[in-house]
Amino acid sequence: MKKVLSILSLLLLSIVDFATFAQTQRFPRPEFESGYTQPVTSMPAPRAGIFALVDVLLLIAALSLITWFIHKKRSRTGVVITSLFSLVYFGFLREGCVCSVGSVQNVVLALFNPGYHIPLSALAFFVIPLVYTLFFGRTFCAGVCPLGAVQDVFLLRPVSLKKWLQKVLGLIPWIYLGLAVLYAATGTDFIICRYDPFVGIFRFNATFFMFAIGAAFLLISVFIARPYCRFLCPYGVILNLVSRVSKNHLSITPASCIQCKLCENSCPIDAINKPVEVKQMEDKRSATQRFILLAMIIPALMIIGGWVVSNFHENLAMVNSKVRLANELLHFDADTMKESLEIEGFRTSGKTKEELYLESADILKQFYYGSWILGGFIGLVFGLSLAGLTRYRYREDYEADKGECVSCARCLKYCPVEKA
Amino acid sequence: MKKDRREFINTCFRFAAGASIVGVAGVLASKSAKGDYFWQLDPTKCTQCGRCATSCVVTPSAVKCIHVYDMCGYCDLCGGYFRPNVKNLSTGAENMLCPTGAIKRTYVEDPYFKYEIIDDLCIGCGKCVKGCGAFGNGSLQLQVSHDLCVNCNECAIARDCPADAFKRVPLEEAYQFAGFKTNKKI
Repeated sequence: MKKVLSILSLLLLSIVDFATFAQTQRFPRPEFESGYTQPVTSMPAPRAGIFALVDVLLLIAALSLITWFIHKKRSRTGVVITSLFSLVYFGFLREGCVCSVGSVQNVVLALFNPGYHIPLSALAFFVIPLVYTLFFGRTFCAGVCPLGAVQDVFLLRPVSLKKWLQKVLGLIPWIYLGLAVLYAATGTDFIICRYDPFVGIFRFNATFFMFAIGAAFLLISVFIARPYCRFLCPYGVILNLVSRVSKNHLSITPASCIQCKLCENSCPIDAINKPVEVKQMEDKRSATQRFILLAMIIPALMIIGGWVVSNFHENLAMVNSKVRLANELLHFDADTMKESLEIEGFRTSGKTKEELYLESADILKQFYYGSWILGGFIGLVFGLSLAGLTRYRYREDYEADKGECVSCARCLKYCPVEKA
Repeated sequence: MKKDRREFINTCFRFAAGASIVGVAGVLASKSAKGDYFWQLDPTKCTQCGRCATSCVVTPSAVKCIHVYDMCGYCDLCGGYFRPNVKNLSTGAENMLCPTGAIKRTYVEDPYFKYEIIDDLCIGCGKCVKGCGAFGNGSLQLQVSHDLCVNCNECAIARDCPADAFKRVPLEEAYQFAGFKTNKKI
C-alpha cells in the first residue's frame, strides 16, 4: 500500500512538474534533424565544503600557536609572524569572510529565527576564540583576527590617548554590539559586515565610501593603536568580558615584578595598570553609600536609556526593507509619482498591501520592544562603567588589564627580570 | 584572605562564562546546518531591475545570466538577443540587446539558432532575461554563479534587491530555475 501511494504521489508530482514546464513554453523546443547536441546548462560549483573545515582547523592552529608564542615563548616576533599569516589567509585569501566578529550576528539570528540554521563553521568561529579567551586571555585579538592584525602591523608611532577619552570612546562598541544584535535578531541586516572597514581592502573592491573609512582607520592606527578593536569592535567587548575572568593571562614579568617602571609606557593601548602607591582602603561607610547610590543610578539610567531609544524605534526600524517599503507605499501616489523599483517589485510579487502592512506592523512592534531592551542595555553599560571608575583597587605590581589587554606581547621584552 | 575571596569570585564568574558559552554552542549546534549556506536568486520573484549588475561586491557581478537550454525555443527572432523593432536579424552590434555582447548566436538548422552566454562578458544586468521572459520561453535566467560568489555573510545584492528575491539555501537547493527542475547535481 505504501509503495502504491509513493508511486502515485511520484506520478502526480511529475504531472504537476510537466504542467508548469509546458505552460512556460511559448515556443516548444524544436526537433532537430541535423544531429545537434544541446550544451549542458552551466551550474558552476562553489568552493568545496571541506574548505570550511580547513578554515576552522587553521583557526585552531593559529590560536594555539599564538597562545604558545605569548605564554610560553614570550615572543613578540612570533606574534607578528602569526599576525602576518592570519592577515594573508583569513584576510586576503579568504577575503575576510567567515570571521568571528561577524559571526556574532549569525549566532543571534539563529537564536531568534527558528528558520535559520547557522553553518557549523560560523558557530565554530564564534565559540573557539571565546574558549581560548576563557583560558588564556585575548590571544585571538593579538594576531589571529585579521582585522586586528591589519591595524597592528600599521602601528608605528603609538600615541597615548587621554584616559577620559578612552573611557568615552570605549562605550561605542557596546552600543554597536547592541544595535548589531537588534538588527540581526529582527532579521533586518548584518551591520557589522556591512560596515566592516577592512573587508573592502582585503577584497580590493571597496566602494569609495568604505575605502575612505578603511583607509582612515589604517592611517589613524599608525598613531593610535587598533582604533577599530578598541572603539568599535563588538566582538572585542564580549572577549573583554570573558578575558576578565580568564584562567591564565599574559603576565608582563616572567617571575615577579620588581617595579622598575620599564614597561610603564610600553603598552600602545594603555592597558597596563600601575601599582597604587599608598594602600588606602575605602572605609565601610563610604563603600555602602557608594553601593546604594549606584544601585539607584544604574536602574534609573536603564529606564532613561530604554525610554530614549524606544522613542526612536521607528527610525531604527526604517533600516528594515519591509518597513521601508510599507512606508513608501503608504505615501505613494500613482498619479503624480514615478514607481520606484521597490514598488514595481512589490506589485509583481502578487502580495496584497494589507499583508505587507501587517508584516511591517509586526516588525515595528519587535523594534519597539527591542529598542527598550537596547536602551536598557546601554544604560546598564554606562552605569557599570561609572561604577568601574569609582571602584578602588589596591595593586602592588605592574599588571596587564585583563579585559583591555589584547596580548600583543609588546610589553614582554621591556621586562628585565629573568625567567625564574 | 582578601585575595582568596577575589579569586573565588573570579572562578565563579569563569564557570558561569564557560557554562554560557557551552550552553549557546550546544543549543545552536543541535540546529546547525552541516554545510555552509549559499545565496540563491529566485527567478520567479526577480524583476530584472538591473541592480545585480551594480550591487555585488565582486566586479563584474557574481550574478550571471544562465541559459537553461531545455527551455529554449531556439527562435530566430530572440527576444533576449535582439533589441525590440530591429530592422534585420543579423549579429550586428547595433541589433544586440546585451550591452556587452555576451550572447553568442550560432546557426543550427533552418530556422533555429543557438544562443550561448559568454560568462566572462556577462555583467548580470538582466536585460536579456527581461526580453526572453517577455517575448520568449524565459529560458534565460539570472542566477548566482557560485564559482564567483564569495558568499558574503550579508549579500550586498540581497540587501538592495527590490523584489526580495535572494535567500540563503543549502548547497543541494542552489540553482533553482523558474519553470524547470534540473536533476543535475552540482
